[in-house]
Amino acid sequence: MNRSFEILDVTLRDGSHAMRHSFTEKQVEETARGLDKAGVSYFEVSHGDGLGGSSLQYGFSKVNELKLIEAASSVCSRAKVSVLLIPGIGIKDDLQDAVKAGAKMVRVATHVTEADVAAQHINLGRELGLKTVGFLMMAHMASTAKIVEQAKLFESYGAEIIYVTDSAGYMLPNEVTERIKALKENVSCEIGFHGHNNLSMAMANTIAAVEAGASYIDGSLRALGAGSGNTQTEVMVGVFERLGYNTGINLYDILDVANDVVAPFMQRPQEITGSSLILGYSGVYSSFLLHTQSAAQKFNVDERDILVELGNMKAIGGQEDLIFDVAQRLALNV
Amino acid sequence: MNRLKVGIIGSGNIGTDLMYKIERCDSLEMKVMVGIDSKSEGLERAKSRGYETIDTGINGLMEKIDLVDIVFDATTAYAHRLHSEKLIAAGKKVIDLTPAAIGPFTVPSVNLTEHFEAPNVNMVTCGGQATIPIVHAINRIIDVEYAEIIATVSSKSAGPGTRANIDEFTRTTSRAIEQVGGAKKGKAIIILNPAEPPVIMRDTVHVLVIEEGHEESIISSIKSMVEDVQKYVPGYRLRGEPQIDGKKISVFVEVEGAGDFFPPYSGNLDIMTAAAAKVANELAKHLLTSKV
Repeated sequence: MNRSFEILDVTLRDGSHAMRHSFTEKQVEETARGLDKAGVSYFEVSHGDGLGGSSLQYGFSKVNELKLIEAASSVCSRAKVSVLLIPGIGIKDDLQDAVKAGAKMVRVATHVTEADVAAQHINLGRELGLKTVGFLMMAHMASTAKIVEQAKLFESYGAEIIYVTDSAGYMLPNEVTERIKALKENVSCEIGFHGHNNLSMAMANTIAAVEAGASYIDGSLRALGAGSGNTQTEVMVGVFERLGYNTGINLYDILDVANDVVAPFMQRPQEITGSSLILGYSGVYSSFLLHTQSAAQKFNVDERDILVELGNMKAIGGQEDLIFDVAQRLALNV
Repeated sequence: MNRLKVGIIGSGNIGTDLMYKIERCDSLEMKVMVGIDSKSEGLERAKSRGYETIDTGINGLMEKIDLVDIVFDATTAYAHRLHSEKLIAAGKKVIDLTPAAIGPFTVPSVNLTEHFEAPNVNMVTCGGQATIPIVHAINRIIDVEYAEIIATVSSKSAGPGTRANIDEFTRTTSRAIEQVGGAKKGKAIIILNPAEPPVIMRDTVHVLVIEEGHEESIISSIKSMVEDVQKYVPGYRLRGEPQIDGKKISVFVEVEGAGDFFPPYSGNLDIMTAAAAKVANELAKHLLTSKV
């Protein structure tokens, strides 16, 4: 029986945020082996902020991501490794290196209104024979018409799949449905959805995305991802089987890798805390969470005030330096 | 007072804004604006201000090359390679605002006079102009092992050239952080923010130095550098205090433009044209005095 859609696991990329970019080769290898065995077709391995993301701004990688990509691809018999590339952070050379290390898919990510910075990188992805994806981040910040316009740009550069990415975990199911439907009607690419669980909506949003026609959906094991994490991969397998879809993934095997491999190395449970809820409520990029906690401690201000202010300022992905600036201003009360 | 005559190739946004800055330089005389579209706003503005205009690109300029002593190139990296060859052959000084980076990098507050003898100097990138002075200010007190800059600019101020060549920005800026800033290793990140009203250019510099301490000297070096940059970019300022945490130092700046051709939020474009005008003006002073 054919799969109804592909579940793409992002534990080893989005989870990098929650792990403060400290993944080891052993952790990556064991997780990759489990995902491969369970029947996952694609999973992502990169620094949380994509190739080249290792930095003071976002946190240095403990182990070079190329080694992690190599470790992951070396243990897979069927599953393929995807990498994330955010133009402005990573460059084309990084993608070439990642392909040498074993990457077979690239997801080129831009802020939802800035797709035109990605033309070169999408071209390169296709030239290198990769499955090539355009990833529109912070999709809640643009109207459906704008998303369609930007998706058409990605399509014109050669993207095969276009993602609606709810980076802030802000969206509600009806908003997901509207965006995915509009993309299905207006572009010929396959459509994907990437959620965050800051408002406990990740699973509901993912169901809405599939029902509206999405054929790629992202998840992470034990929800290990930025903020309150992503849609939980193993839960998706159970839920979609009950809804009558064929995920192609074995439930026991995916539970095993989630609980026996990932859970033991998690630094904290993926709960919806006061601050991660505020991420979703204010529409703030999920990876700001841990950086905000550090800044709040340093300047002795309320994390929630920092996040609400960042939301008011319309901060976008990658602007972690703004957190410090806001915390400093709140502390001085200016 | 004597002045050297200036030509600008590229009648787009950068070239047009540059024209207004040249008008305020005491050793430069704005002379020719060169474009390839006779209807471009830049050429029309130049004509209405009484300057010679050429709408046939480099070839048109080469026919009237005696009109100019110094030529700014605000076109593209690809076009610049050809332009530079022809201009240098004709004995002209070339100031490159494209990412071609044929000539040595120049950041006025760091190495203004270092490359006066070079036929072609490159102005790095907007992010480089805003952050390399800070890296240098720290490095002149204590060795910088690693420097990383994050430039956030408004989407509206990033033109199609920047967007199509975003990797060039990253590569060129990283290289200049090392070569001009003095860091052993450099890294650059650029973020385009679409917020309305548009955000003012912000730049963050994070560095790792080889040892802790020297806090007072580092902060006073940074502050004196900010004053030096303000001499040619008045809207350049620190946001908050530099943060020192062991070997890590973080500095936050913002750049408000002078509002010549661009609105003030486009500090990223303003700092490029202001820096280029500053370099040309000092170069002109140098050439005028050394000729005597």
